[in-house]
This record gives sequence, C-alpha cells and structure tokens, in this order.
Amino acid sequence: MNILTKLTMAAALFAAPAYAETVNGLRTADEFDSITDEAARSAALFEEMFVVIESPRCLNCHPVGDVPLQGDDMQLHQPPVVRGVGDFGAPGMRCSTCHGAENVAFTTGEGSIPGHSPWQLAPIEMGWVGLSAAEICDQIKDPERNGNRTLAELHEHNATDGLVGWGWEPGEGRTPAPGTQDIFGQLTQAWIDTGAACPAG
Amino acid sequence: MTTFTVNGEERTVDVPGDTPLLWVLRDELKLTGTKFGCGVAQCGACTVMLDGMTRRSCVTPVSTLEGADIQTIEGLNTPEAEAVQAAWVNIDVPQCGWCQSGQVVSAAALLYEIPNPTDEEIDQAMAGNICRCASYVRIRQAIKDAAKTLEG
Repeated sequence: MNILTKLTMAAALFAAPAYAETVNGLRTADEFDSITDEAARSAALFEEMFVVIESPRCLNCHPVGDVPLQGDDMQLHQPPVVRGVGDFGAPGMRCSTCHGAENVAFTTGEGSIPGHSPWQLAPIEMGWVGLSAAEICDQIKDPERNGNRTLAELHEHNATDGLVGWGWEPGEGRTPAPGTQDIFGQLTQAWIDTGAACPAG
Repeated sequence: MTTFTVNGEERTVDVPGDTPLLWVLRDELKLTGTKFGCGVAQCGACTVMLDGMTRRSCVTPVSTLEGADIQTIEGLNTPEAEAVQAAWVNIDVPQCGWCQSGQVVSAAALLYEIPNPTDEEIDQAMAGNICRCASYVRIRQAIKDAAKTLEG
C-alpha cells in the first residue's frame, strides 16, 4: 500500500462518517462536525435527512401522482383509493373511512391498520417518489412546493409534526423510519444552520 | 363502558376497549345487517356511517366511540339511502347479498355529497366495497337510477 492510498483512506475515514455510530440506522448531526467545509457539511446533513425521507413511511404518502403507496415494498394502495379534493380521498371513500386516529391492530390476525389524526396525503407539489436527494432538497426549500414554509417552519414540521412522527411509530407490520424524530429534527436544524445547501444533482 | 348513539338510540356497552365496533353491533346489539367480510378494512362489508362519514367498523375500536353517532344499514333512512335501496330492489342488484349492506351505505354516502355522480366518481367511492358475485355493473346502474329518483 503506497502512501497516497494510505492518505486517501485516512481522508475518507475522517471526512465521511460512514463508520460512525448510528441510532436506528441514522447518524446524528454531530457526526458531521468533522466536515470542515460548511457547504459540504450542509449537503452531507441533507443526505442524512434523505435517509429518513426515502423511507417507505414517508414516501408512501408523498406520491407524485394521485394514488398512495403502502407497505415496506411500496405497493399501490389497496383498496385503490385516490387523492381527491383536499388530499383526503374521494366522497364516500375518504382516508378516514379506514384510517382512524391511531394504529389499530387487526383482531383477526397479524398486522395493523395505520392511523393518526389527521391522516392524509401530502399535497401533490410535495410529491417525492422517484426524486433524487438533490431534487427533494430544492423542493422542500421552495415555498411554492413546501406549503409556504420558512426553513424554521420546515424544522418545526420535521421535528414536531405528529403525522411526521407517526413514521417512527407505524404499528405492527411496518418498519419504522430510521433514527428518531428528535434526530431528524436535529439534522434539519444543523442543515439549516449550515446554509441549507443541497447535494449535487 | 362506552356510550354512543346507534340509529338514533343511545346505547352503552361494557366490552374491552379494543373490541371492534362490528363485534359490538352484531354480538352485543344484535344488529346483524352489518357484515363481517375480511376483518382488515379491505372489503367494505362492514361499512357504517360514523359521525356522517363512511367507516369500516371492523377496524374501529369501541374505545374511540364515546359520544359518537353511528348509523347502520338498519337505521339508514336518509332520502339518498331510501332511493338507493329502492333502486337496488328494482333491478335486483344483489346476488348472494353478503356485501350489499356495505354497498348501500357507501352508495348513499356518495349521493349525499354528489347527487349526480359520474362513472369515475362512482368507481372512486365504491372502490373499497368488494362484491364476490361481481355485481358491479348493476351497482353502478342502481346508483345512477337512485340519482335520477332524487332529482325528481
């Protein structure tokens, strides 16, 4: 092993905390302190936020079309429901026809039906399925595509919103989102504090 | 103990909180018009009206129902429900009939919100009500017939 290879490996270990401790598969914000370039650190923080964002718990209700997905394998929702006015289903077949205010274990077998109040799709302009980290990063900073939120409001949403938090308490039969909502909120704040930079497209 | 209204009558039941509403309706209150189909909110046979909205009673714990207003097929007497049931009879929609109370509840809820629905709106509203006899063509026709009746 020549000196250049050794230096490259050392730099990689130092700069990219790929071997860092994780909490439920998610690195904490302080794991990125070693990245000295602030924009690079910010982009890396967003990449870690993306680990949560690309969880089926988040993507399933952030479709780019009018049909939600479901399950860890992100199948089309069954029954075949539609977005409807208000992102809450169609007349006669609203989300609340099946989804209540909390997860409900099936009485007749394994599994559960997810629930939270409210339970609805993200607006279509917030669709994420199939988009890259760079594309979603641009999207969630854009007030026209993020519900007219400031970055502070975006942090509040990620850190405290109940429906976001459901992603870590999804009920039997669904894998929780990586990390915790607290860590997701801390990553979001650190990303904002470092300039809310986006990964390269 | 949980107290709620069923078909206009106040009822109190003493069952474990995780007991599904469907069990309460059928086993405690002897209202057997609402059917068990799948138990996992996939078929629509157990549909009732809960506070004015369609609801699958098989996944509705009784603990969530304190003070709720529930309408089952036995008590559904809105103009829309009566028009739907008449249309159902006129063209003999049911075959085996198992799913039909859920179908009627969903159809009446649709017509309450959309008095003259398109085929697409009917499909969207009825997407969660499965019929093992595949009476879907007659269901759609009967909903349209009921809509005409309601127009006067």
